[in-house]
Amino acid sequence: MISYNFFKRIMPQMIILGVVLFLNLLVFPDFFVIEFQNGRLFGNVIDVLNRGAPTALLCIGMTLVIATKGIDLSVGAVMAIAGATAASLVVDGHYWLTAVIGALTVGAICGLWNGFLVAILRIQPIVATLVLMVAGRGVAQLITEGTILTFLDEGLIHLGAGTVFGIPTPVLIWIFLGGLAAFFVRRTALGMLIESIGINEASSRLAGINSRILLICVYVVSGICAAVAGVIVAADIQGADANNAGLWLELDAILAVVIGGNSLLGGRFSIVASLLGAIIIQSVNSLILLSGMPPEFNLVIKALLILAILVIQSPRVGHLIYIMRASSPPIKSDPLTPAKESNR
Amino acid sequence: MIRSTHLPLIATLFTFLLAYALCAWQFPAMLSTRVVANLLTDNAFLGIVAVGMTFVILSGGIDLSVGSVIAFTGVFLAVVLRDTSIPPMMAFALVLFITSAFGAAMGATIHYLEMPPFIVTLAGMFLARGAAYVMSTDSIPITHEFYDVLQSLYWKSAGGGRFRIIGGIMILTFIVAAIIAHRTKFGQNVYALGGGATTARLMGVPVASTTIKIYAISGGLAGLSGIVFSLYTSAGYSLATVGVELDAIAAVVIGGTLLTGGYGFIAGTFFGILIMGLIQTYIVFDGTLSSWWTKIVIGGLLFAFILLQKGLTWASTKRKKAVIGLDTQS
Repeated sequence: MISYNFFKRIMPQMIILGVVLFLNLLVFPDFFVIEFQNGRLFGNVIDVLNRGAPTALLCIGMTLVIATKGIDLSVGAVMAIAGATAASLVVDGHYWLTAVIGALTVGAICGLWNGFLVAILRIQPIVATLVLMVAGRGVAQLITEGTILTFLDEGLIHLGAGTVFGIPTPVLIWIFLGGLAAFFVRRTALGMLIESIGINEASSRLAGINSRILLICVYVVSGICAAVAGVIVAADIQGADANNAGLWLELDAILAVVIGGNSLLGGRFSIVASLLGAIIIQSVNSLILLSGMPPEFNLVIKALLILAILVIQSPRVGHLIYIMRASSPPIKSDPLTPAKESNR
Repeated sequence: MIRSTHLPLIATLFTFLLAYALCAWQFPAMLSTRVVANLLTDNAFLGIVAVGMTFVILSGGIDLSVGSVIAFTGVFLAVVLRDTSIPPMMAFALVLFITSAFGAAMGATIHYLEMPPFIVTLAGMFLARGAAYVMSTDSIPITHEFYDVLQSLYWKSAGGGRFRIIGGIMILTFIVAAIIAHRTKFGQNVYALGGGATTARLMGVPVASTTIKIYAISGGLAGLSGIVFSLYTSAGYSLATVGVELDAIAAVVIGGTLLTGGYGFIAGTFFGILIMGLIQTYIVFDGTLSSWWTKIVIGGLLFAFILLQKGLTWASTKRKKAVIGLDTQS
């Protein structure tokens, strides 16, 4: 069922993750120790999976959007709106499930709006989603009326801070949704259709693909994923913070997708690789924390990491590597080069 | 006959005048020189950075790093003025050099590695913000007598409005930038690049040097904006001006510049800034509206102007197609 090609595709991400986890082990020998206490698993690995949940959720939708040659800048703002919706519904005395469904509906509406702008009005995705990115936090503040809405609803809090069979709920949620999305796009023709839109929308339309509906669907999925992430973040801190919930997470999500080896120009994509990208980012964060480096360096290291990955992925460098390999036949290609190439 | 490329600019100007008239009708005090002076002073740093952003967007790119560069400049000035005896003017020159070089480096990366500006400047955003964190995470006050001198320079007009030096710097930046954009060869190259990189190259535009210069200008103006911001707040703080890049982009779009590049005016950005400032002033005057309405109204304006541009480009391509006699689906 899982083919050789699949492993070949996610190999670079697995290698990077392996290296980062090994560095984690070096600076903190107990990194892989997992304990079971009070009916809950504890350990740094669990923590990485748990803290990475919002980014991982966002990058499920973001991968699909980027595969259609788009980008969704509004996910952070949608997170804030969804968190605010869920919190205000619970505070008004609604059942937590109603609140979650309400939040997801709001997320879907936000996605519908983005999809409408991109697919029907034909506005460039980066501009279209910028509108909601700017206005979204205002809307979220409108819902919370400028305060941080706190709540004590057990059911809702469970989504962010609870456990099921000892495993934190957010981890289960993102693994489940990621698996679901990966299953749907790979076991049906959906993934191929999305890729074809990303590669050439005009010709896919001529080939009979209903690109408008598909584009809208992709943005709706992104909106729903963002809403789930927003609910989890709000549940985790037991409050909806319209200003800071999901702040700059859209950039982390885009970064995760890029680390996952997906081209920003659309086309071939892999949700699993993007999810690995999200876990890599979280592992890097954990590495910086565990190594005792001042957290001030966090951003600088992250920036250098992005630059390194981007330089490897850039078409010009890829071309250069190609020429170098072609013009020097006697030297056996070094083991790193294939990894870099398939990373593109 | 009004040219269709001028229409967004006229729409911006009209929106501004209409909005100001409505505000003045509700609150006659809005017409006082104090309000006008504050409008210029409070938006000076945003205006300067939006000028750089206009160049970048005219060329078809985007620069997400400017907010972080402003914060970096502020922290850098604060640390340098506190820990060393470098005179402020030297520090200003130094920081302008650093930020211009930073922008040029991003431009070179974008051009030579053929990477999308969005991602390169995103990395630049992290890098500049990170550099600001590394220097200091505290808010450092700037207590230099030179700052007091600069801050005390203002021209008091009739009615009590104080036109401070930073507002003047902003207006000067706009004038110089407008001359560069519309009256020099470099400006023509920027517009040509925005019209299409391949076409521009075939026409003989030096794409590499133009791209690098554009991002150097954006970085340098972000540095100048940082200096102005430090004069405005008398402090350097690494968490300051988060999200200013979005405000700047919004101002440029509201100012009628096409985000796909190639069309737009520096003057439009000026009125875009004034419209955004006016919304904030109105909210202060009203007193019952909350600050989040600023974001919602700016988002709505952004949408309206994008829609207007879309309609204009749609109409012009329709006309072109009618002339050539083609009507294929794009």
